[in-house]
Amino acid sequence: MTARIVLLHGAMILALFVAQFVVSDYAVLTITRIMVLAIYATGYNILFGYAGLLSLGHAMFFATGLYAAALGVTRLGLAAPEALLFALVCGIVVSFIIGLIALRATGVAFMIVTLMFSQAAFLTILYFGDITRGDEGIVIKDDQRVFSLLGTPMNLADPVLRYNIALAFLAVAIVLCLIVVRSKIGHVLVAIRENENRTAMLGYDVKRYKLIAFVLSGSFAAFAGAAYALLFAYAGSTLASIQYSINPLLWTLLGGAATVLGPVLGTAMMFLLVDFASSFTSASLLFVGVVLILLVLFFPKGILGTIRQRWWRWLP
Amino acid sequence: MAGLRPGHPFPSCTASLLAFFPHLLLALLEGTVAAAVLALSALGLSLVFGVMRVVNVAHGEFFMLGAMLAWWVAKMVPGGPAMGFVAALIVAPLLVGALAFVTERLLLRRIKYDPEATIVATIGLMFVIQQLALSVFGADAKAVSAPFTYRIALPWFGFSGYKLFVVVASIFILLAVWWVLAKTKWGLVMRVTQFDRETATAFGIPVNQVYSAVFVAGAALVAVAAVLIVPIQQAHYLMGLDPLLMSFIVVIIGGLGSIKGSVIAAVIIGLADGVISMFFSPTLASIIATLAVALVLVFRPQGLFGVEPR
Amino acid sequence: MTVLLETRGLSKSFGGLKAVSDVDFRIEKGEVRAVIGPNGAGKTTFVSLISGRVAPSAGTILFEGADVTDLPAFRRVQMGIAYTFQITSIYANLSVAENVALAAHQPGGKASLEPLERVGLADRAPQIAGTLAYGHQRLLEVAMGLALKPKLLILDEPTQGLSDAEIDNFITLVRDVAKDATVLLIEHNMPLVMELAHRITVLDRGMILAEGTAEDIRANAAVQAAYLGTG
Repeated sequence: MTARIVLLHGAMILALFVAQFVVSDYAVLTITRIMVLAIYATGYNILFGYAGLLSLGHAMFFATGLYAAALGVTRLGLAAPEALLFALVCGIVVSFIIGLIALRATGVAFMIVTLMFSQAAFLTILYFGDITRGDEGIVIKDDQRVFSLLGTPMNLADPVLRYNIALAFLAVAIVLCLIVVRSKIGHVLVAIRENENRTAMLGYDVKRYKLIAFVLSGSFAAFAGAAYALLFAYAGSTLASIQYSINPLLWTLLGGAATVLGPVLGTAMMFLLVDFASSFTSASLLFVGVVLILLVLFFPKGILGTIRQRWWRWLP
Repeated sequence: MAGLRPGHPFPSCTASLLAFFPHLLLALLEGTVAAAVLALSALGLSLVFGVMRVVNVAHGEFFMLGAMLAWWVAKMVPGGPAMGFVAALIVAPLLVGALAFVTERLLLRRIKYDPEATIVATIGLMFVIQQLALSVFGADAKAVSAPFTYRIALPWFGFSGYKLFVVVASIFILLAVWWVLAKTKWGLVMRVTQFDRETATAFGIPVNQVYSAVFVAGAALVAVAAVLIVPIQQAHYLMGLDPLLMSFIVVIIGGLGSIKGSVIAAVIIGLADGVISMFFSPTLASIIATLAVALVLVFRPQGLFGVEPR
Repeated sequence: MTVLLETRGLSKSFGGLKAVSDVDFRIEKGEVRAVIGPNGAGKTTFVSLISGRVAPSAGTILFEGADVTDLPAFRRVQMGIAYTFQITSIYANLSVAENVALAAHQPGGKASLEPLERVGLADRAPQIAGTLAYGHQRLLEVAMGLALKPKLLILDEPTQGLSDAEIDNFITLVRDVAKDATVLLIEHNMPLVMELAHRITVLDRGMILAEGTAEDIRANAAVQAAYLGTG
């Protein structure tokens, strides 16, 4: 990995670390949220930006992690780290099974299949409202947020701890994404995106690579969901709705698909834009809609994608 | 269940049986209405998806707009619900069709009907229309009176005559659309464009204009459906999601490009939905329907009667 | 001579149309075999069946003695069958070198430039493939086929759209390739076929009309009739 790439990504993470000391408490909370959701978007980008597969149903994986962690802590008596691991395993299994089925469809059919599975998952969450408590949601109580790591007691209600845990997770996600993208797998995924028939006729097992991308992507999403539930002590059905399937797509497009840092940037920017819009209108989704349309029409490559094309060709 | 008297002298199993059939009948009647509603809402989507091969995620919002306009027109027009209904039947498709026209010209054509870009762009459009409706009409649900009220008195329960009118109207509209597609020059042009876009161009068919017309027609149709349906439900700025999903379910299971398929799928799904909702739960019915679509798309992508394009 | 590829009773129907009908075909190791025939004869369908892009309706395909009929295309490529597309199918947004690296199964890495040198594109390695002239894109396709180090190289109308000079270079290239690989060539260009092919198989309406050397085919009345004087 070249020095430039390490420096850029390292600087980004460092900047996020330093930020917590200079911004307001409200901003610390918001950035924590942004960082967790950026993990979701980064995973989404592996499938969408690099493999070229548009899923409209990733909320089901986010929700898998979300509810697995929340229920793990409140019902199964797991400590937070155990619940996180449990949720990750659930995410891997669910995305593997769904991937096996959904990837048999291609193009528009694939988009709709993922949308439908996700909608079915959302409805199922509502159907089992006794356990999931529907849109009211599961609240993780304070005493369930305390755990000990390597002998040190930790309380997830502490905003400083939350911020740094989220940052650590995001850093891991970015590094992992970089590794995948610059590895053989990453290049084959791009080849599949660019010309699937050709890639198959060069002797690559396209189905297997797509499944790998799908499971990676779903696992990132589940991990992000679990982190969200544990850090913000809440799991509700709105986080499993179509809105949360469209969000990572929006954030990735805005920041730049097929770039490692694009989703992170896009998530942050969208939060800023919505915040800005909310100050003078209650219809902030209108803003989101307009941004989506403008992106598709004029900036399909997003912010970092355009930067890469014009100036920084080395940007992963 | 109105009309069934408690403490009936028959033994309990016969009593349950006697209770079952009226429930079933009601379920089937409601299911038929649901099927009619589905078929109408899905018709516009079937045309657009079938001919242009693009997914218009804002389809549900066109429906919602039609419903909102129906309410607004009914408020504005003096002379009672019937006048308002007729006026809405004219105004709603016109305005929604105009919006569709602008969308097609400014948006879809510019992105050259690329499937992925169309989905993203129409998602954006969905948010825009939804939020504009919220700002203009407010967040509360709006009731629209039916143009006439007539209660059909059955031995076990009363049933709304207007709902049956909706069923009849749907059949009429479906037949009219089928007639246009199968028996007129317009219909032939549309079917040729759907089947093979390049051949159509070679025959001098202005494909872009056909696409424009189809998109506008699809939107107008769904607006008409909304005007018919809104007296049964209420108008609400979030009401577009359900028709969107259900329309997709119907179109995909019925098969792309096949009106007949959509109708049959609507009947199956509408009746099944009615029965499952009555005897189990509406949520369960929706779960089954959405899973069915996903599986159909995976294992039989052409649906029941799909027409494959070249 | 050993038989490299064999088909027995190979058939493919699309709905009511029999594109390939009961074809028994053999190609020997080291041959350059041309498959010719009028338009719609089923040539591309035939090689699609061999390469695995299309599943047969009936019949078997044997490669080096092993039954590959049910193997997916990518497995056959791994076994040594390489296919270059009739309509150029390269990675237009990637560089020439990246295209070849992918073909050589070193995606993102530094692959040997040897395939590019053989086709004469080595100096264009950093160029974006989509910006190449059409003829050079065809050559890149061949280079990618070579990078696979195939045992059987299937070329589907490789000279379509090339200039005469480019075709001459191409003939030299195929002769060079034939030293290490067996070549199966679909072509419409008769003089090229007569020059290059050891043997020619003529397909018409999905069936083998004739098979033999260039002289045999030239003299064959049925072949002439099928072509109605073209070529």
